[in-house]
Amino acid sequence: MGSTSGEHHESTTTGGVGRRDLIKRSAALGLVSVPTMSFLSACASSGGGGSDDKPKTGKKTAKNPLGADETGQMEFVLFDGGLGKEYAEDAVKIYQTNFPKAKTKFFPTQKIGTVLQPRFNQGNPPDLIDNSGADQMDMGGLVGKKQLTDLTPLLDAPSYDDPNKKVRDTLRPGIVEMGQFDGSPVWILYYAYNVYGVWYSQKALDSLDEKYPETWDEMLKVCAKAKKKGMAGWTYAGKYPYYIPFSLYPMIGKVGGRDVLDAIDNLEPNAWKHPAVKVCLEAYYELYQKGYILKGTPGLDHIQSQTAWAKGEALFLPNGSWVENESAKVIPADFDLAVSAPSGIDSSDKLPFGTIWASGGEPFIVPAQAKNPGGGMEQLRIMLSEESSKNFTAKVKSLSAFNGGTTGIDLTPGLKSGAAALEKAGDNVLNPRLQDWYVQLEKEKIGVACLGEMMAGRLTPAETIKKIQGFADETAKDSSVKHYKHQ
Amino acid sequence: MQHGKYRFIVGFLTIPLGLYAIFVIWPFIQSIYYSFTDWTGLSPDFKMVGFDNYTRMLHDDIFWKSLQHSLLFALLVPLVTIGLALFFSFMINVGGRRRKGGPAISGVRGSSFYKIVYFFPQVLSIAIVALLFAFAYNPDTGAINSLLRGIGLDSVQPLFLGDPNLALWCVMAVLVWSTVGFFVVLFSAGMASIPADLYEAALLDGAGRATTFFRITLPLLWDTVQSGWVYMGILALGAESFAVVQIMTTGPGGPDYSTTVLVLYVYQKAFRDGQAAYATTIGVALLVVTLLFAAIVMKLGRRERLEY
Repeated sequence: MGSTSGEHHESTTTGGVGRRDLIKRSAALGLVSVPTMSFLSACASSGGGGSDDKPKTGKKTAKNPLGADETGQMEFVLFDGGLGKEYAEDAVKIYQTNFPKAKTKFFPTQKIGTVLQPRFNQGNPPDLIDNSGADQMDMGGLVGKKQLTDLTPLLDAPSYDDPNKKVRDTLRPGIVEMGQFDGSPVWILYYAYNVYGVWYSQKALDSLDEKYPETWDEMLKVCAKAKKKGMAGWTYAGKYPYYIPFSLYPMIGKVGGRDVLDAIDNLEPNAWKHPAVKVCLEAYYELYQKGYILKGTPGLDHIQSQTAWAKGEALFLPNGSWVENESAKVIPADFDLAVSAPSGIDSSDKLPFGTIWASGGEPFIVPAQAKNPGGGMEQLRIMLSEESSKNFTAKVKSLSAFNGGTTGIDLTPGLKSGAAALEKAGDNVLNPRLQDWYVQLEKEKIGVACLGEMMAGRLTPAETIKKIQGFADETAKDSSVKHYKHQ
Repeated sequence: MQHGKYRFIVGFLTIPLGLYAIFVIWPFIQSIYYSFTDWTGLSPDFKMVGFDNYTRMLHDDIFWKSLQHSLLFALLVPLVTIGLALFFSFMINVGGRRRKGGPAISGVRGSSFYKIVYFFPQVLSIAIVALLFAFAYNPDTGAINSLLRGIGLDSVQPLFLGDPNLALWCVMAVLVWSTVGFFVVLFSAGMASIPADLYEAALLDGAGRATTFFRITLPLLWDTVQSGWVYMGILALGAESFAVVQIMTTGPGGPDYSTTVLVLYVYQKAFRDGQAAYATTIGVALLVVTLLFAAIVMKLGRRERLEY
C-alpha cells in the first residue's frame, strides 16, 4: 500500500508531461469534443423516422372487416404474467390460419415498458400490446400524447361468431366505458374481467356455522366467532395496502350510492368528506380496534398475506379474481374458494347487498403509429370470439371481456363463485377508476400513506379522510397530471 | 522523445476518452437538457419549459423526504459499514493474541475462516439479499420474529418493514450486512502491506490494541478508507439503495414515505407516472448531491501522505 504521490516523483522530471497535467488536458479535450457532436440529433427521444411509413391496410371484406394487411406482418407484444402466454399464442395461431400469407411476430415479456418505451419514442411500436404488469406504460400519458388508435372500428365490426352482432354487443358491462378517457374514442380494450370483493373459504365459514355477513354488525359477529377459534377475521396485503379498496370502495358505493364514488373519481372538492366514506372507514377501523386483523399484517406483502389466509390463519381477504390463479399452489384442495360482494352497514344503504366492483383487466392497445393497425384489431376480434374466450377462461381461470363463454367448460370454485356474484349483482356493478386514472394518488398516497396507516392503527378515520382529501385536492390542482371525469 | 509526444499520447487516449464521452458525459448532458423540457418518456414530442420542473421540485414534499433519506443513507451507511469493516479486518489481521512460536502479528483464531464468511454476502446479488431479508423481516413467519418468540419474547414482535419508525433502519441494516464483507477484504489487503516491523516496534514500546489501531493501522490505511468511503457513499445514494428499497419496502417507498429515496423517486416518476422530464430533474439533483458528497469527503479526508 505504498502510496506514491504523483506530484512528488513526476513533477521533478523536467520537461516531461506530469501525470496531473496529462489528465487535466485530456479531460479538457474530452469535454470540448462533446458539444461538437451534433447536440440534438442524437437525443434518445428524437426518432420519428418510422412515421414516414403509412400504415398498411388490406382490402376490407366480410372475412377481414378491419382491413388487416393480409400479406404483411402483425406484431403482438404480450405481458407474460399471472395469466401466462398460452391463450394469446393460441389466438395468434388462428390469425395465422385465417391469413396464411401474413407473417406474425409474437413476443411475450414481463418488461413491457422497458421493451416498448424506446420503440414508442422511435415511432416504431408493434401492432398490438397487452400493456400490463408492474412495468406497464402510463395509459394517461399514452392517450394524452395521441399514441393510441381509436378502437371504435373494432367495436362496430361484426363479431367473430355472429356477423349480425357487433363486437360491442358481445362485451360485459363496463368494458367499453373503461376504454374511454374523455369523449367517445375507445383507446383500450380490457380483455380479462376481474371481480373484486371479499374472498374466503366457504369451508371455513361453514365450520363457524355462519354464512357470509350482509351487514357490518353481522360481520363483527362472524369475526368475533372466528377469533374465539383462534382465527383472525381479516388480513390484507399490508405492504401494498391498495388492495384494501377492492372491498372498501364498493362498500362506500353500496352505502352512499354510485355518485359518491363518481365524485371521488372526479376529484371533486370534499368528495371524501361524504358521510358514507366516514362510516365505511370507521367500520374498517373497528376491525383493527377489536383485534380482528391478523397480527403482523402491515408487514406482509400480497403473496405472504394470501398464503396466511390460505392456511386458514384469517377468514376474509380483499382481493381480485386473479387470486385463485396466483395462490393456486397454496390454496388447499378442499378450501372451497368463494367471493362475495362487500358487506354493507345496514338496511338503510342506498344499494342492495350484492353490489360489487367488477371491471376489465389486461389492457390491450393498438398504437397510433402501428404499421398494421387493422391486423392488431383483427387479432383482438379473434380473441373476443367465444372459442378463444373459452380457451382463455379454461387456461387461466379468469373471465374474459366476452359476455358468456362459461358454459361447457369446467369452472373452478372461485370462478364459479365470481360468475354467480356477477349474476346476483345484475346492474349494480361499480367501476371506481382511481387506480387507472391516477396511479400515484391511488397506490402511493391513498393506499400506502393513508389506508395502510389507518389499518395499522397509526391514523384515525377522521385523520385519514383529511389526509386523503388533501392528496386528492393536490392531484386535482397538479397541472402535470391529466384529469378525467366520469361521462 | 519530446518530438510528437502529444500526438503519441492523444493516439492512445482517443478511444477510451471517446467511449467515456459517449457513454458517460453525453448522457449527463442529455439528462440535463431533458430536465428543461416536458418530455413524458412515452412519445417523441416535447417542448422546452424552462425552469418549471425545478420550481416544481422545490415545492415537492416527496422530493424533500427522498433527499433527506438519501442523505441519511450517504452519511450513516458508509460510517457504520466502514467502522465495522475496520474493526473486523483489524481483528482478523492484527488483533490476535500473541501465540508462542507464532509470528509477532497475527489475527484472532480462525481468522481465515472469518474472512470467507464476511465476504460471502458479497457473492450474492443485492436483489437476492433484499428478498432474503424481506422474508426474514416478515412479522408473522419471518426468521427474526420466530427467533424472538423462540427465546420467549412473545411480546416483542415488531412489524419491521411495516413500521414507519423502523423501516428505514431495517433497509439500511441490509445494505451494511451485504457490503461490509467487501471492505473487510479490501482493508485486509491494505493491512497486509503495512510492514510488520512497525507493529513489532509498537509492541516493544508497550502499545495495546487500541493504540496500535489508531496510531499505526488507521493512518497507514487512510487512502484506502477514504476511497472506500466515497465508493460506499455513491452506492448508498445510487443503485444499491434503489434495489433494497424497491424490493423490500411497503409500496415501495413506504409506509407513509418513510423509506423513499431519490433514485426510487426518479424511477417512479419516469416509469410509473410517465413524467420522464421531471424524473431527469430529480436525477440532476441527485447528481449534485453525489458530487458534493464526493467533494466533501475528499476535502475532509485530505491528510499528509505517509510513505513507507
